[in-house]
Amino acid sequence: MAVAFDEMNGLGEDLRPAYQELSRWLKETPPDALEYRRQEAELLFRRIGITFAVYGDSEAQERLIPFDVIPRIMSATEWTLLEKGLKQRVLALNMFLKDIYHGRDILRANVIPEDLIFQNPVFRPEMNGQDVPHDIYVHIAGIDIIRTDPDNFIVLEDNARTPSGVSYMLENREIMMRLFPDLFSRHRVAPVERYPDELLSALRSVAPHNASAEPTVALMTPGVYNSAYYEHSFLADKLGIELVEGRDLIVKNDEVFMRTTEGLKRVDVIYRRVDDDFLDPLTFRPDSALGVPGLMSAYAAGNITLANAVGTGIADDKAIYSYMPDIVKFYLSEEPILKNVQTWRCREPQDLSYVLDNLADLVVKEVHGSGGYGMLIGPAATKATIEAFRDKLKREPEGFIAQPTLALSTCPTCTDKGLAPRHVDLRPFVLTGSSHTTIVPGGLTRVALKEGSLVVNSSQGGGTKDTWILSE
Amino acid sequence: MLSRTAENLFWLARYVERAEYLARTIDATLRVTALPAAYVGKTNEWDSALLTAGVGAAFYDHYEEANERNVVEYLSFSSENPASIKNCIEAARLNSRSVRTALTSEMWDTINSAWIELQAVWNKGPANREELAKFLRFVQETSLRFDGSAYRTMLRNDAYWFSRLGVHLERADNTARILDVKYHMLLPEEEHVGGPLDYYQWTSILRSVSATTAYHWVYRETLKPWLIADLLILNDTLPRSLASCYSNLVRNLDQIGVAYGRQGASQRHARGIRNRLEHSHMDDIFQHGVHEFIQEFIADNSRLGEIITKQYLI
Repeated sequence: MAVAFDEMNGLGEDLRPAYQELSRWLKETPPDALEYRRQEAELLFRRIGITFAVYGDSEAQERLIPFDVIPRIMSATEWTLLEKGLKQRVLALNMFLKDIYHGRDILRANVIPEDLIFQNPVFRPEMNGQDVPHDIYVHIAGIDIIRTDPDNFIVLEDNARTPSGVSYMLENREIMMRLFPDLFSRHRVAPVERYPDELLSALRSVAPHNASAEPTVALMTPGVYNSAYYEHSFLADKLGIELVEGRDLIVKNDEVFMRTTEGLKRVDVIYRRVDDDFLDPLTFRPDSALGVPGLMSAYAAGNITLANAVGTGIADDKAIYSYMPDIVKFYLSEEPILKNVQTWRCREPQDLSYVLDNLADLVVKEVHGSGGYGMLIGPAATKATIEAFRDKLKREPEGFIAQPTLALSTCPTCTDKGLAPRHVDLRPFVLTGSSHTTIVPGGLTRVALKEGSLVVNSSQGGGTKDTWILSE
Repeated sequence: MLSRTAENLFWLARYVERAEYLARTIDATLRVTALPAAYVGKTNEWDSALLTAGVGAAFYDHYEEANERNVVEYLSFSSENPASIKNCIEAARLNSRSVRTALTSEMWDTINSAWIELQAVWNKGPANREELAKFLRFVQETSLRFDGSAYRTMLRNDAYWFSRLGVHLERADNTARILDVKYHMLLPEEEHVGGPLDYYQWTSILRSVSATTAYHWVYRETLKPWLIADLLILNDTLPRSLASCYSNLVRNLDQIGVAYGRQGASQRHARGIRNRLEHSHMDDIFQHGVHEFIQEFIADNSRLGEIITKQYLI
């Protein structure tokens, strides 16, 4: 594979302007001082309890996501372009969802094959004809961005269901400011701390029309054993709203209430971090103990707003992903600002045969997978793994897509052998309320800590970095 | 606030209080068993430690003999014992995680650091007496820090009051259980059968509620069993006495009642117990039987827990 584009050094030794000050600082700072700060950071994370759980790993029920102290920096110009692209993308996602659950113009125009929607398990027929306040479905989006050169931002994945990671954006910044005040004073880094306020006002702006002037918002979590529980409690705290579980809620006359020490209290907006399947055992999985019986009928009656809306999975599905450029063009009549990764749809025979012929060079993903589970990275896989995947592909081609192995950009990272380039991606968080769309300048930079590795998922040993957007 | 949050705060405080109580019980028992037999008689102190911890029966499902090694292990580290110190701290941490938004960062830090230390340093239990002493100190300091952080950093609202209810209800239960196990040592002189041997037993009782110095300040007398009973049951100035626990329970419940604009069964029940304590004299209690009095108290106290749960926590 060719040498990847480096966020700091470009394609060779041409130091990029946004990193000039950091580079100077790194030269002045002795390596053991860095190592010392790294240990301090880890201690802080553990004490604050910023942990996540890895499913199926009982030894490490609570783990820390490794934190790298070298920030990933972006110039104001880069950010302006990215921000514009993200707003365009999320606007299109929302218009697409409205259309899919109402008029379906896009299907009649034959932009997307019908069966990709109707045969899709994440399509929710319950949402057909259901209106949501201000036509917003995706209030919180986490769009995964990668780069392979200085000029383009490429979307790797749209996360329109319950994207997580924003607590790391906020906590990483807190810890960096505590550990490196000097480095901060030498830069002009745009602050991220208003994210909770922006989120709360977005959530309140989409309250049902019959809610009181001061709508009650609650954050719904599956509970302490969920891998992102820390984030749920962190956000509820920052927003000053109750952190509820299904058992705290009850539906009466199609209204949702929480059980409090003073009796029942009506809830107007639920920022839910629970998947569709587990929201309401009466509508979805009857075996789920996490949900609230009757929640969906309160939703249908328009007495509660769920953020994100039910059924948004149809917009971030990997099979739909490959159509995103067409979706943007269809609704906005604009060229997409953010690029897509070239994607082969294995459901199409031509694409499938190409994929089968080139498995060793491709990344193959499950259409419904997430978190880096169940994917094949051709160049890193053994022959046996590739052959096993080939069988899976032949058996169920519609379950997979394939993409080229991209040389994700790299960023200098602390390793056992000193600073070395490691591959990174970026997940900015896009908030949509009734009146506007906001993106707090920054996001979660994930870094693949293993040399050469392209997998940045925290469940697969990835780490995080603070993301600095410089002001003009 | 959410009922579940109130419930978690209530139990979190109880777990921490119980962990501390267990640590003090072990500490007091170690001291009394270190004395030559001539000073303390032949009773098995480790058996009474189990009884005051309320795990007398369950212990024998796992062990043959109530000796120092077994009892210390069972009370402090055993995962078999749902109420061991270790499990109390684990449960306290789990509860804290569920209600992080209702805790101040100081309280969370106390519990989380204790839990981290428990995993890192005490994972296998203390190897010898010296380590055990360190461990017991660690547990007591955790409880002090937790209490102190709550007192110094929490808003004075329902979250604080529910957490205090947990502390006082648990504390009253603990003090009552010591009295229940050792009541025969506390009978008035004429009925008393033990003789001077009991002096060290009495000290041990006081030590397990950290009231040895307090006793001398309050009564300015050498140890008299009926005065010890008076101190632990009726003396409102001793924080671990039943009377003091109930002054606090009544006050906290009233504060909740005022804030919510509504009184209920728990306020009435707590006031009933408090009034009985206020109007009792040790003479009457002895006349009617200390044992019966304490048994009744333990039942009433646990009934209050149920009433609070029904009124607020579910």
